[in-house]
Amino acid sequence: MTPHRATLLGIAPTLLIIGVLMVVPMIIMAAYSLMEASSFGGVLPHFSAEAYIKLLFDRDLDDSLAFDPSYMIILWRSLRIAGLATLITLCVGFPVAYFIATRPPEQRTLLIFLITIPFWTNLLIRTYSWVLILRDTGLINTVLQAGGLTDQPVKLLYTEGAILFGLVYTYAPFMVLPLYTSLEKLDFRLVEAARDLYCGPWGALRHVVLPLVKPGLVAGSILVFVPCLGAFVAPDLLGGGKELMISTLIQLQFTSSRNWPFGAALALVLLALVMLTLTVSAVRQARATAEGGH
Amino acid sequence: MKRLTAALSLAVLTATAGPAAAGEELFIYNWSDYTAPEILAKFEQETGIKVTLDVYDSNETLLAKLKAGNAAYDIVVPSHNFVPILIKDGLLQPIDAPKLGNYANIDDRWRNPEWDPGNRYTVPWMWGTTSFAVDTAVYKGPTDSAALLFTPPPELRGNIGMFKTPEEVTAVAAIALGLPQCDDAPKDLKKVEDLLAAQKPAVKIYSSEGIHERLASGEVAMHMIWNGAAKRARDVRPTITYVYPKEGVLAFMDSLAVPKTARNYKNALTFIDFMLKPENIAIQSNFARYSNGIKGSQAFLSPDLRDAPEINPPAGVKTVFQPVCSDQAVKLRDRVWTRLFQ
Repeated sequence: MTPHRATLLGIAPTLLIIGVLMVVPMIIMAAYSLMEASSFGGVLPHFSAEAYIKLLFDRDLDDSLAFDPSYMIILWRSLRIAGLATLITLCVGFPVAYFIATRPPEQRTLLIFLITIPFWTNLLIRTYSWVLILRDTGLINTVLQAGGLTDQPVKLLYTEGAILFGLVYTYAPFMVLPLYTSLEKLDFRLVEAARDLYCGPWGALRHVVLPLVKPGLVAGSILVFVPCLGAFVAPDLLGGGKELMISTLIQLQFTSSRNWPFGAALALVLLALVMLTLTVSAVRQARATAEGGH
Repeated sequence: MKRLTAALSLAVLTATAGPAAAGEELFIYNWSDYTAPEILAKFEQETGIKVTLDVYDSNETLLAKLKAGNAAYDIVVPSHNFVPILIKDGLLQPIDAPKLGNYANIDDRWRNPEWDPGNRYTVPWMWGTTSFAVDTAVYKGPTDSAALLFTPPPELRGNIGMFKTPEEVTAVAAIALGLPQCDDAPKDLKKVEDLLAAQKPAVKIYSSEGIHERLASGEVAMHMIWNGAAKRARDVRPTITYVYPKEGVLAFMDSLAVPKTARNYKNALTFIDFMLKPENIAIQSNFARYSNGIKGSQAFLSPDLRDAPEINPPAGVKTVFQPVCSDQAVKLRDRVWTRLFQ
């Protein structure tokens, strides 16, 4: 067997899985988004760009198009919440990762193990537990009222804050793990050197630590931002459904709105946003590597 | 959970299957968590026909399965609004229910329904209503109007749960406004939108899951709900009252039918006739906690279900069955929903 053929054979399973499980469904989705909606769900095999027109325009009864910002507002809300959740996760995750990386090696293994424990329980169950804790008659409000701190229950559940909290809670490990990997490789003698040279703690963080852990920072941010953008469980259970997000909007199209092409088009828009995020970060990474001469 | 129950019922079935007479079989395709295991066991024992149960979660799934043409189910249980679609698409075969031995047991009210004139294709299975329930410990006033839900008094504001299914919410709003179902007049849908938008600041949550639990725990004091679920909420919190609004109540009926592709037509008719007996359909009602359309089944209901106000609407209440809406009506409904939650 030639080495070339061996390589081909070796990557064949990967290609097959990517092809069957990713490329084919995406082609079906793209095709559906360009067809006509059938009356009871599904599509009719006629070409139509209506789904993409609907993203920006509302078609009136007389067939005239008027600009309709509804879907862009919903998309922007999802982007904003995903961005905020990423930022908070970063602020929470960095100290945790730093703390773990600065422990003796045998403690680190245990701490990392602790970080992965939440994954043992199903996401839905974990999120629903937060409903029980945060609601008006839940744990926190019961304790607050019993302690005489408030008379009326504090509104914690069914707010944007609750959605953010749920997202941060769910995705924090995805930020901690890559950050830890970068921090673990960090030569802490460099930090000591900076301090010896009269650099303050913030200066050392900004000029020494952050540039060196940037790959972990970028990887963690992507790992959190991308799933947050399409998150369904937290907005649905903790947000109380008072505002549509891109994920709930897509779900609606495949159920009671009976508009599969529009649902497929929305899913493709979401996909494009994710691809854009990944491409931008990849290009920047490549440029930084080229300039840094590593 | 539902799937688990279905799997368990299947396991029970297989375990209790009696001596099947000469390989006689019956394939039932019903909603999940909607078939009493006891009734299937009883049917197998009486007839020797071996029953296999498969489940679905929406009328659309059922339609797609039957349209695909290769599903060999003998009994299906479509909702009233999908019966005309299945008939029109030629997916059902006539059963001529009036010729069945127990047809006379069907309550006059459910004979000859608008979705199947003359009961040529279907007989009633279970029916229920969609309205709302209120905790009378929080609100003391009268509970007879849909206005209570849509323009709530101060003590209920911020304490309300609504469904998050556009078809049910807009249907109930249309009844409250005295508008026809599946309206496709934009000016009418604007009224629906205004009503829901004015109510929105008073709503705490839009969700179609965990409803009776939310009411029972006191998390909300008023919630859109199905009558069966309201009964369950009242079991935990006795001050919960299910409201039959004077404007009318949204109702649904699921019916037994035989698909064109059925392989055991005769057994299917045997099953349908079997389910028209009051003592049999009562077992099903006790399991699903919904009303049936069979005279004399009251005597066989569990006492607490028989006397429940939730499943015994007051006399003179107007029931509204929502048909399947036109594409145009769905489009308008969708627009109302998007504007409401953008």
